[in-house]
Amino acid sequence: MKIEYQNLNLILQKFKANPYKIYPVVTPHTGYIREFKIKEGDFVKGPFGKWLEKPGSPLFVLERERNQKIIRAKISGIVQKLRTELLNKFVEAEEIILEIKHPLSQEEIISEILLSALYIIKAPETARYILSPTIASKLEKEGLGKVKVKKGDEILIMAFMKRETPIYFSEEGNFVIYHLYFTPFQLIERDQPLIGFCQEENLPYLQKIIERIKEEWSNS
Amino acid sequence: MKLEWHRKLKELLDTAIYIKDIKGEDFLDISFLIKEISKVYEDFYQYDENFIEKFLMQVESRLKFIIEEGEKTLTPYEIVKIARHPQRFTLQDILENVYDSYMELGGEKELNIDPAIICAKAMIVRKVENDLYFHQVMVIGHEKGHGEEFRQGGSAKPWGNEKALRYMKMAETEGTPIHFFIFTPGAYPIEDYPGSAQQIARNLYYMSKLKVPTIAFISEGGSGGAEAIGLADIRLMAEKGYYSVISPEGAAAIEAKLKEGRPPRELVEKCAKALKLTAKDNLEFGTIDKIVPEPPLGARKKDYKFFKRLKLELIRATDEVILQTRSLKFLRKYVLSKQDTEDFKFFVNWNLDEDEIEILIENRYKKYKKMTQWAVCEPKNIFKTFFDFGHNLGLKFKNEIKYRVLKPGHRGFKKFLEELTTESSLLLKPVSDPVKTVYNIIVSKKIRPKLPTPILEEEISPYTSPLALEDKTVTCPEAEKYGCPDIWVPDLYGEFCGVCPNCGYHFPLEYKWYLNNIFDKNSVKIFNNDIASGNPLEFEGYAEKLKEARKRTGLKSALLSFEAKIGGISLVAVMLVGEFRQGTVGVAEGEKFIRAIELAKITRRPFLALVHTTGGIRIHEGTLGLVQMPRCTMAVRDYVDAGGLYIVIYDNNSYAGPVASFLGSAPYQFALKSTRLGFAGPRVIRETTGQDVPPDYHSAENALKRGHIQGIWDRRELRKKLFTALLTMGGKNLYYR
Repeated sequence: MKIEYQNLNLILQKFKANPYKIYPVVTPHTGYIREFKIKEGDFVKGPFGKWLEKPGSPLFVLERERNQKIIRAKISGIVQKLRTELLNKFVEAEEIILEIKHPLSQEEIISEILLSALYIIKAPETARYILSPTIASKLEKEGLGKVKVKKGDEILIMAFMKRETPIYFSEEGNFVIYHLYFTPFQLIERDQPLIGFCQEENLPYLQKIIERIKEEWSNS
Repeated sequence: MKLEWHRKLKELLDTAIYIKDIKGEDFLDISFLIKEISKVYEDFYQYDENFIEKFLMQVESRLKFIIEEGEKTLTPYEIVKIARHPQRFTLQDILENVYDSYMELGGEKELNIDPAIICAKAMIVRKVENDLYFHQVMVIGHEKGHGEEFRQGGSAKPWGNEKALRYMKMAETEGTPIHFFIFTPGAYPIEDYPGSAQQIARNLYYMSKLKVPTIAFISEGGSGGAEAIGLADIRLMAEKGYYSVISPEGAAAIEAKLKEGRPPRELVEKCAKALKLTAKDNLEFGTIDKIVPEPPLGARKKDYKFFKRLKLELIRATDEVILQTRSLKFLRKYVLSKQDTEDFKFFVNWNLDEDEIEILIENRYKKYKKMTQWAVCEPKNIFKTFFDFGHNLGLKFKNEIKYRVLKPGHRGFKKFLEELTTESSLLLKPVSDPVKTVYNIIVSKKIRPKLPTPILEEEISPYTSPLALEDKTVTCPEAEKYGCPDIWVPDLYGEFCGVCPNCGYHFPLEYKWYLNNIFDKNSVKIFNNDIASGNPLEFEGYAEKLKEARKRTGLKSALLSFEAKIGGISLVAVMLVGEFRQGTVGVAEGEKFIRAIELAKITRRPFLALVHTTGGIRIHEGTLGLVQMPRCTMAVRDYVDAGGLYIVIYDNNSYAGPVASFLGSAPYQFALKSTRLGFAGPRVIRETTGQDVPPDYHSAENALKRGHIQGIWDRRELRKKLFTALLTMGGKNLYYR
C-alpha cells in the first residue's frame, strides 16, 4: 500500500480552503419549536469541564406535551443555516434545525490526515489490548516512527475474559509503527483504531506534511 | 550585650508585624513603627549603644501601649485572625512547654500519615509542696505549625482522624487520661476512604463512651474538624480562640449566596460578629466549660506565663473530672476551685476503677444532654411538663418490668431447657419433656401467646402528591445517557413513586409522600411537635427567613418525630424535612431527635431516621447547633448499646454535620438511588483543596463503594425493603439483647 501523494495533497488543500466540519443539529423527537436561543452566526460551546460535566450552550426549545426541552450544542462552532421560519411550527423527529460549523483544530486535522494516510489495525472485538512484549520493549527504546515490523510479526495481544489472543501483522512491505490510538488495558470498542503504521519510504513525506500543518494552523 | 539587644529588636519587630496583621495597617501608625524598627534592625551595628538602648525602651513602651489599646477594641473577626496567625502557639509548643516530656506517636513532621494531627504520650508534672508527681497522659490534637505547608493548617484528613481514634483506643486500654487540643479551621473535606464524614462520626461514636477522662482545649475550633476530637468531659477554651460552626468566610459565602469566589470583607466581619464564636459567648451558651486567660492580643510562641497557666488548668480540669466520679471528694473539690497557683495542695490519682468509669460515662452523658437545653423553644406549660414526666416514668416502669424482669427469666429458662434437651436429648428426654410441658402450660401459654409472624399487607393511605396534578410530561435528566422516553407527570409522581421507569433516576418528592406511602394507614402519630426552631443568636435577618419557612411548610422545625407502624411493626421515627431550611439541624432538631431516640429506648422499639434532605448544621445557630453533633451521637450510642436497632435512610441530598455524627454513626445506613451524600459540597472542596471533583463524587454508588452505606434501595420498594430489614436485622423480637 502506498500513500497517494496526489490524494494527500488534495486533502490538505481541501482543509485549507475549508477548515471546518459541519455538524447538523436534528430534533430528537416531534414537537413544536418554541424559542431560538441563538442567532445565525453565533458561536456556541459544546459540553466542557474536566469531565464534560458542564452542558453546552442552549440552542432552541422543543416542546411536546407541555414539556419544554432545551436542546443544547454537543460541539463548539458557529451557527449557520438556522431555520427561523420553524418558530412555533410543528416539526418531525430527526429534522435538521441548524448546522454547527465546527472549526477544526490542528490536532483534529492531523488525526484526519493520519487516518487516511496510515495503515490502521482496528479492534476486531470489544476487548482490552496490550502490545506484544517484544514490540513494547522496542518502542520503549526507540520511540514511535522507528520500530520496524514485517509480515507475520506478533503485534498485539487481545485480552478478553482472561483469554489472550495474539494479533499478527499481515501486510507485505516495510512498515514502521507511527501512532498508537490506545493505552494498554483500556477497554476498546469494536472497530476502533488501535495502531497506525506507515510505510518506511513514506515516512519523511508524512512528517513533512504534519510539520507543515503545525506551522500553518495556529493552535487555537 | 549587643547580641541580646539584636535579638530583642527582632522580637519587637515580630510583635509589631503581628499587631499589624491582627489590627490592620492603619492601627495607631503601626506601619510607620515597623518601618522605623526595621531600619534600625538592618543597620544595627552602625548605631551606638546609647541610641539602641534608648530606642529599645521607647519601642517597647510604645508597643505596650498599642497592645493595650488594641485589646480594648478587639472585634470577633480580629480574634479569628489571632487564632489563625502563624505566630500563635501551636500544639508542638504546648508539648514542649506544658508537658515535662513527650514522645510523638504515629509519625513526626512530614513523615506522618497525616501531619495535621499529632498523637503523643506525655508526662505532666504536679508539684505538691516539695514532692513531684508524674501523670501520664495521651495528647491528641491538631498541629497547625508556624506556617509549614505540609501541616495543611491543621485540617485533618480522614485517615488523620482515624489515627486519633486509634490512639484514643490505646489510651483507653492503658487507662491514661486524654488531652485533646483543637487547632483546626475544619476537617479536610475529601471522601477518600474512610471518608471525612464517616470518620468523624466514628470518632464521636467512640468518644461518647471512652472509659478515660478527657479534656479538650480549643484554640481554633472549626466545625466538624473540631468535633472529631472534641467530645470531652471538660472543654477548656483559650480566651482569644474561636469555636464556630463554620468559618466566617464560609458563612459569608452562604449568606451572599455565592457560587464562586470570595465574599466581601465587610460581610465576613459581620458574620464573625453574628456567629458569636468567641470564648466569652461560648461560655455563656454553655458549649464550653472554662476560659483559659491569655495575655492581651493573644498568646504567642514564647509566652511562657500562658503555658504555665495552661498547665495548671489542664491538671485542675483532669482532677475535677476524676473527683466527680469519687465518693469522698467534697473537700478536695472545694480546695481545687480555690486553687490559683501551680503548687497543688494534694495529689489526685488519675486511675479509675470500674465503678468510677461507669459514673464518668454517666456524667458525660448527662453533661451533653443538658447542654443547649436552655435554648429549646417550647411552650411552657407546667401541667403538660408534669404529665409528660409522669407518662415517661410510667412507660419506663412498665417496660422495665416487661423486658428486664419478665423476659430474661423466660429466656433464661427456655435457653436452659434447650441446652438440656439438645445436649443430652437421649438420656434426659423422659425427664426434661414433662418439665418443659409443665412450664409451657403454666407460664408461656398463658402470659405470652405465640405471636403470628408479621406479614406486610398493602395498607397505606391513598395519597397523591400535589406534584402529580399537572398534565404534562418531563424529561429524565439521565435521558441522554440511557435514552429514557419522556414521562407523563401523573404517572411519574403517582404510580412510579417519582422514579424514572427506564433508568431508575429518582426525582425529588415532598416529605408528605413518605409519611403516607411507607407507613401503615393512619399509624403515623407525630409527637413533640411544639418544639420550634428559634433564633438564639439573634442572627440578623434570620428571624424573617424562619418565619417564611414556617408559613410555607406549616412546620415548626426541620425535624419531625413520630411513632408509626410498618406491616404491624411499631417503631419510632424521625424525619429531616428538606423543605424547612434545607433540613438543617439546630437546637430544636437535636432536642427532638434525642427525645425520640430516648422514647425508642424506653419502649424498646426500633428507631428509624429518614433523611429527606439535610444541608448540615444550621449556621444561624452557631455553636449551639454544632454541639448537637456530639449530643445526638451520644444518644445514638446509648440507644445502640442498650440493644436498639437504628436504621438510617438517605434520600436527595445529605451533607455535612448530621452525616458526620448521628446519622453517620448508625450501624445500618441505606441510601435511595440518585442520593448525593458526603461531607462538603463541590464548592467547599474546590476552595480548600484547590481541586475539582468529578460530578459523581458524592453519588450513592461511590458511598457504597467506600463502605459508607450498606446498600442502595429503590424508592418504589422502600416500604417492602424496610419491612424486611426490620424483620431480618431486628429479629423476631426487634430488640436483640
